[in-house]
Amino acid sequence: MAQDMQAQHHTPEEMRRSYLFGYALAIILTMIPFGVVAFGLVSKPAAIFIIAGTAIFQVFVHLRFFLHMKPGLMPRENFMAIGFAAVLILIMIGGTLWIMLDLHYRMMI
Amino acid sequence: MLGKLSWDALPLYSWVAFSGAAMEVLAAVAVVAIITYLRAWRYLWTEWLTSVDHKRIGIMYTVLALVMLLRGFADAIMMRTQQAVAYDSQGYLPPDHFDQVFSAHGTIMIFFMAMPFLTGLINFVVPQQIGARDVAFPFLNSVSLWLTASGAGLVLASLVIGKFSTAGWTAYPPYSGIEYSPDVGVDYWLWAVILSGVGTTLTGINFLVTILKRRAPGMTLMRMPLFTWTALVVSLLIVFAFPAVTVAGGLLGLDRYLGMHFFTNDGGGNMMNYINLIWIWGHPEVYILILPAFGIFSEIVSTFSRKRLFGYASLVYATAAIGLLSFTVWLHHFFTMGSSANVNAFFGIMTMIIAVPTGVKVFDWLFTMYRGRIEMSVPMLWTIGFIVTFVIGGMSGVLLAIPPVDYLMHNSTFLVAHFHNMLIPGALFGYFAGYMYWFPKAFGFKLDDTWGRRAFWLWISGFYLAFMPLYVLGFMGMSRRMEHYDMPGWQPWLIVAALGAFLIAAGIACMIIQLYVSVKNREALADTTGDPWGGRTLEWATASPPAPYNFARIPVVHDRDELIWRKEHGEGADKDDIATPIELPENTGHGVIIGIVGGILGFAMIWHIWWLAVVSLVAILATIVMRSFQDEGERDLTDSDVSALEKRGSGPLVGY
Repeated sequence: MAQDMQAQHHTPEEMRRSYLFGYALAIILTMIPFGVVAFGLVSKPAAIFIIAGTAIFQVFVHLRFFLHMKPGLMPRENFMAIGFAAVLILIMIGGTLWIMLDLHYRMMI
Repeated sequence: MLGKLSWDALPLYSWVAFSGAAMEVLAAVAVVAIITYLRAWRYLWTEWLTSVDHKRIGIMYTVLALVMLLRGFADAIMMRTQQAVAYDSQGYLPPDHFDQVFSAHGTIMIFFMAMPFLTGLINFVVPQQIGARDVAFPFLNSVSLWLTASGAGLVLASLVIGKFSTAGWTAYPPYSGIEYSPDVGVDYWLWAVILSGVGTTLTGINFLVTILKRRAPGMTLMRMPLFTWTALVVSLLIVFAFPAVTVAGGLLGLDRYLGMHFFTNDGGGNMMNYINLIWIWGHPEVYILILPAFGIFSEIVSTFSRKRLFGYASLVYATAAIGLLSFTVWLHHFFTMGSSANVNAFFGIMTMIIAVPTGVKVFDWLFTMYRGRIEMSVPMLWTIGFIVTFVIGGMSGVLLAIPPVDYLMHNSTFLVAHFHNMLIPGALFGYFAGYMYWFPKAFGFKLDDTWGRRAFWLWISGFYLAFMPLYVLGFMGMSRRMEHYDMPGWQPWLIVAALGAFLIAAGIACMIIQLYVSVKNREALADTTGDPWGGRTLEWATASPPAPYNFARIPVVHDRDELIWRKEHGEGADKDDIATPIELPENTGHGVIIGIVGGILGFAMIWHIWWLAVVSLVAILATIVMRSFQDEGERDLTDSDVSALEKRGSGPLVGY
């Protein structure tokens, strides 16, 4: 990865700044959901959406700043890997939502 | 100071538990005494425990698996004898102890027998098959091994100090919650699973990168040997499936330690989500166990039929299809939890579909044998025994995939018979075949043939005797995990099943004798060529055992069966192999330290010894930080080093 970064003409200084920027973003994105829940700022459904939203944003921060994946500069394999991961995550989370909501509905009747 | 730990933790509640604990302690003392007597501690530490060589790590994984197999089998034979005698009586195991035995049996066999066994074989073989000198992250490999070993250590410790979980190997809440299981048993299970789970995840990442990045020039994906293909798919499954079990275990731990309500009855918890999460991992896990065995069978069937593997591409696509589909069937483990017909039907149909690529594989192996010059070696016996037996298990699986049928069979011994019928031939026979097939590569001599045959026949007949009665008992309505029963019609079948377990015990004895006899006769059984079976792939192109760097010159690959290509193209086939400077990673104790301190951390958490937990956590972090500030410990080999190592007897076709 370090070599890839060099190839894109990044100085060590720029790299360090990029890491620190990503780190700061990651911390902020972690603080927000904790703050929302700890201080009870918004209603429960809104809080769930905020937690989910910041979590997804956090994933992209990690990919961009820690794994150095930039759209346009990535080899095709990286897109395939991300696509595969997306499919599996969709199956697991989508399947869980389907199963648990179906059960919830049947328990309510 | 010592949390919940006190003298009450000693196993004085039943004489069986006490004698088991005593045997375990005596065995440990004996091992320590023998090593001390041989003055082998220094050798063991510098050459093996601290090693980052993938071959030695693989061998250590396999040793761990074989030791844990003995422990897991001891649990199995205890259950079989208990059920054989427990008609209208209590048998000899009190219920609380019986529950620990079946929980420990499942946990050990999946996490600490099968997982280390397949990880060991992948570790030993894959880098050699792809023409690499080591894995991508040798140090990480050592960390994985020692985390897994410390998880196994916790399970073993639970026999002597305290009790193991009584909640089954999947630890379903609410029973596994703090309200119904307030003692340390479930915590032992939790920490053993979490520690080894972290190790396994690291292994998955390691082999994913190794196989994608470290292949020899010329080895395209479709030239990879089939075992490497299954290892690649298995690594992917590990990377994506293991987080689910870590999360499920972590949330259960939060419920137990911090009074949270993820899976409790009250406070808004939903225990069904635990079952959902653990099977999101659990079903891919089944294929994590079975796919490497499929890879081993593919290698063996083609080697001993003296034929190119039939339908290579279809085997690759079937492997990949199984890998993806294994993520879409998990609900069939809990059809009876009360989902609507649509949900059950979807997962039932997906389950039937996943049988198709598996069937494709069976036909590919049969067609490979068809018109081959089959040599009935011991690995081939395991393979044929697998094909015949596995198909029966597959059919009972398709029956269970029908939700209405599953409602009748759920939690019966029919289910127990089904999954043992998949995992014993489908996974364990494969690992045994691989162990006997690659043993000469690891140690330079073959395993004794006669004792191998005896072991095989005892294992397979023992298997049929032990598990076919359980199908019948399932139809007769016997549920699993019964400590005693009052149905006179069940007892004859259970006695037959116990006899089967004793045959398997004799099979295990044959394997121990085989090892002893082979070590004694190692001169006569020596493999001087590096290619004792007439192999087809690159791992047979080097000396047995290979030099620490595997290949003095990096081979250039021309064909899927590269070694056969080289044999056919004769002298000079290796002329384009690439000589590059050889650098070896140096042994390091950091992996051992992280593993052992990780085990201490688990132990401290189990017994609520908080200060020790904090100290060990800090120690682990400090070790990681120290290691990352260290300059990469690597040693460059000089030409004279290499020629000294190669003089021991070079491999036939990749010379120096």
